[in-house]
Amino acid sequence: MATAGLHDSELGELQRRLIILRVGLLLVMALLGLQLWNLQIREGPYYRDLSENNRTRSVIMEPARGLIYDRNGVLLANNVPSFTLYVSLEDVKDRDRLIDQLSTLLGLDAELVRKKLTARGSKQLPRKVKDRLTLREATLVESHRLDMPGVMVQVESQRNYPGGMTASHLLGYVGEVSPEQLEKPEFADLHQGSIVGQYGVEKFFDQLVRGQAGQKSIEVDAVGHEKRTVVVEQPHAGDNLYLTIDTRLQKVAENLLGEETGAIVALDPRTGDVLAMASRPGFDPNILSRELTPKQWAEIVQDEGRPLNNRASQGQYPPGSVFKVMMAAAALETKTVTPSTSIYCNGGYQFGGRLYRDWKVGGHGSVDLRHALVQSCDVYFYTVGQRMGIETMASFAHQFGLGEETGIELPSERVGIVPSEAWKRKAKNQEWFPGETISASIGQGYVNVTPLQMASLIGTVANDGVMFRPRLVQAVMDRETGELQQRPAVPKRTLKLRPGILSLIREALSGVVKEGTGTKAQSELVTIAGKTGTAQTRSLGKEKKAEKDIPKKFRDHAWFVAFAPVEAPTIAVAVLGEHMGHGGSASAPLAKELIETYVKLNLSVPSAVKNGEAVRGGDAGGQGTR
Amino acid sequence: MIERGSRSRGFDNFDVRFIGLIFAILGIGVLSIYSVTHDQGVAFPFYAKQIVWILLGTVAFLVMWLSDYHRIARLAYPAYAIILILLIVVLFEGRSSRGAQRWIPMGPFAFQPSEFAKLVLILTLAHYYSQAPRVGWLQRVVLPGLLVLPGLLLILKQPDLGSGLSFLAIYAAMLLMVGMRSKAVGVILLFSLMLFPFAWEITWGALHDYQRQRIMTFVDPLYDTGGTGYHALQSRIAIGAGELTGKGLYGGTQSQLKFLPEGHTDFVFSVFAEEWGFLGVLALLLLFVGLIWLSLEVVSRAKDQLGALLAVGILCMLCFCVVINIGMTAGMFPIVGIPLPLMSYGGSATIMTMASLGLLLNVKRRRLSFF
Repeated sequence: MATAGLHDSELGELQRRLIILRVGLLLVMALLGLQLWNLQIREGPYYRDLSENNRTRSVIMEPARGLIYDRNGVLLANNVPSFTLYVSLEDVKDRDRLIDQLSTLLGLDAELVRKKLTARGSKQLPRKVKDRLTLREATLVESHRLDMPGVMVQVESQRNYPGGMTASHLLGYVGEVSPEQLEKPEFADLHQGSIVGQYGVEKFFDQLVRGQAGQKSIEVDAVGHEKRTVVVEQPHAGDNLYLTIDTRLQKVAENLLGEETGAIVALDPRTGDVLAMASRPGFDPNILSRELTPKQWAEIVQDEGRPLNNRASQGQYPPGSVFKVMMAAAALETKTVTPSTSIYCNGGYQFGGRLYRDWKVGGHGSVDLRHALVQSCDVYFYTVGQRMGIETMASFAHQFGLGEETGIELPSERVGIVPSEAWKRKAKNQEWFPGETISASIGQGYVNVTPLQMASLIGTVANDGVMFRPRLVQAVMDRETGELQQRPAVPKRTLKLRPGILSLIREALSGVVKEGTGTKAQSELVTIAGKTGTAQTRSLGKEKKAEKDIPKKFRDHAWFVAFAPVEAPTIAVAVLGEHMGHGGSASAPLAKELIETYVKLNLSVPSAVKNGEAVRGGDAGGQGTR
Repeated sequence: MIERGSRSRGFDNFDVRFIGLIFAILGIGVLSIYSVTHDQGVAFPFYAKQIVWILLGTVAFLVMWLSDYHRIARLAYPAYAIILILLIVVLFEGRSSRGAQRWIPMGPFAFQPSEFAKLVLILTLAHYYSQAPRVGWLQRVVLPGLLVLPGLLLILKQPDLGSGLSFLAIYAAMLLMVGMRSKAVGVILLFSLMLFPFAWEITWGALHDYQRQRIMTFVDPLYDTGGTGYHALQSRIAIGAGELTGKGLYGGTQSQLKFLPEGHTDFVFSVFAEEWGFLGVLALLLLFVGLIWLSLEVVSRAKDQLGALLAVGILCMLCFCVVINIGMTAGMFPIVGIPLPLMSYGGSATIMTMASLGLLLNVKRRRLSFF
């Protein structure tokens, strides 16, 4: 070759210079090797953690809440599948943009979304942004998912109340656990977005019904798509509850109240079982279990009818003449009067320069205890109350369960007021005035009771002095094992009364319906005993007006308590109608209807319940075993 | 031409080792590409295409191996002219991908002139130095520098920082191997220092935003893991998570679940490192070192300056790409987009690299011209 070999000296020089390359190459390769050693061996575990974290996302599997049935196995609360929107914060690239997208896509309030995404809590766990997505919304989100990394739509079970408004105050509703609740120990194993009972049985038995959340670890790719599930910790469904109420009776009770405001409670006096407990106005727990905007919530809370108030256990009213049942028992026990003691009623009672009227103008004439109950003579009880004094009255009222919780398994039960000298000093910082004893002796003045307490009181009278704690849940079924656990009836106390006193009162109460103020409760089906009450909402002693002339909100509350059958009572009822006027005319017919319904139902009821045989896998309750 | 010895007629042991190493690395490359792209669900996935490129590359290898490299070198200047034209064409007609215009579409495929420009530059420079004795710093440094410049500028315009750096590296390596007087080295250093502010201004100003950001994130790779530092961090996680023995074939979650982008091209090493661990990485490095070591043997056995310069140029290019690619995936260098020779998916790069290695092996041969 012509050109080859021309620069042989330079070739040799070049080849000698190769040593630089050789050394350089080995040096550089050693450096690379060292760096790789660093990454893979020294820091390997750290990077392995990072890579695990990169690919796995924790997803909470919400447990199915326990189902709620009535005493006959009628479903009251179940779960239906629904779409829930979650955001996995780790995968979100641009939070502001995502908030923007979600709020325009689903018409959500941007601030609300922001609050959910920025709320305190684990960054690893996805945040719940919206539940009960419609199918359309879910599809919309799914189709934009590539555009919104971190967004997931999960199918979850959603609380559903097939009965709508039926027994709403009893059942309650569910909702997301609040930040304040999360701080408390009983919610320790929950997280933002967990559903807990917020009212009623749902709240009181939440620990049983709630179940336990599971967790699945899913492997996702770089865009957040689910590739496969790596670890599954199955959720544990909550326990099922079997309530003591009879839905049919409950519906009748609610319909009886209709548009009126008030409460009806029906108990089985032999066990304390709550057969029905209606409060009106009511609410639809399906709506309240959804996420409400602050505005919707304000509307419900500010509603003048206060539909969230369970008037049966939280409404406090003067008992009016119903109080005389307790007064009669106290008077006999303390021997203030005997059954034959007569007191003359001339239509008013003069005390301390003031006239305390009887409801009947002109008076009842000479009355004994039975007559006083049957005709609801005020003067008789003014006299008796004056003789006993407020302290004796208070101690008997307490014995009859007034001024204390009945112990029903519902949140925030109110206790009412049993006034006494000590109570007044404490509550009003005032001395007791003797005239107040007179008002109190016919259940006016400071005396305040709940319809539930009244039902329990009349039930105790019907059950010959043995008071039961109202029972709402008769059995709990463990959903994992299928094991049904009965919850026994709990006797609370036995009234300390001499034998015969209560039977005497029961006879008088039967007279109330037969010939007295409660004749509108007379039934052809069953013998009913009861007591009317008309609780004045204005101060006593004002001149009487025809009821129709008084504006509704100033009308009296109408009470009627009853039990039936008189010979062997199986049901005790308290009816309270707010501003419905006279107990005898307004409430007594409602009590009668309810009792007749109960009797008819139990005649036609399949013998299964009566004989205590299995209903949905277990004993339906104590009714048949007695 | 009549050859001088009889040994050159067939394969010898050296050739077998050399070719064996090449195909071993190619095989590892295909395996890694397969691992990341096997579930693509397309009729003609990347690994299959890569096998086609390797077959075409084998043809290129044989042609370059079995022709006379002196003849090939004589085509250097026209070839360089053609490449410059193609580089101009690509600026106007080229296909863009991720902000860079590097490809000339050819039917279903695309041709990347900047890859071939590297080999042509080696040929050109080797040809230039071996044609006549080049003395004085003007002939040794400035004139070849002027040869490099148009190609370099056109490539940077695309922009293709990786190929541009390869260009510079080839030029620097050739200069170094040709040898310079200490005076010349001093003058170059002085000029470089004086020109540095301007050069900085020009180069930094000419860089695209994403290039600047890449270099910035190299300084602190963890500062924005969702943005510009994402590639760098995901790549390091992939390599680090491989630990000693790796996660096994298809076991690399970083690449399988697409956390690691470009797993079949620039970051194929990370895929391999995640699946085969430090032991696999060590074996792969040894394969590369072996190949380069054999290349060094070729240089030291070269019979003329052209052969030696060709071999040195190819060897340095190979070396540069391997070191920069592995270094960038391992977080030692900024991410500049240099593929790993013989492993990264890519038609132009695979064919060019195999052609270069054919040429390199050719230098060892005593001349026997089939073409």
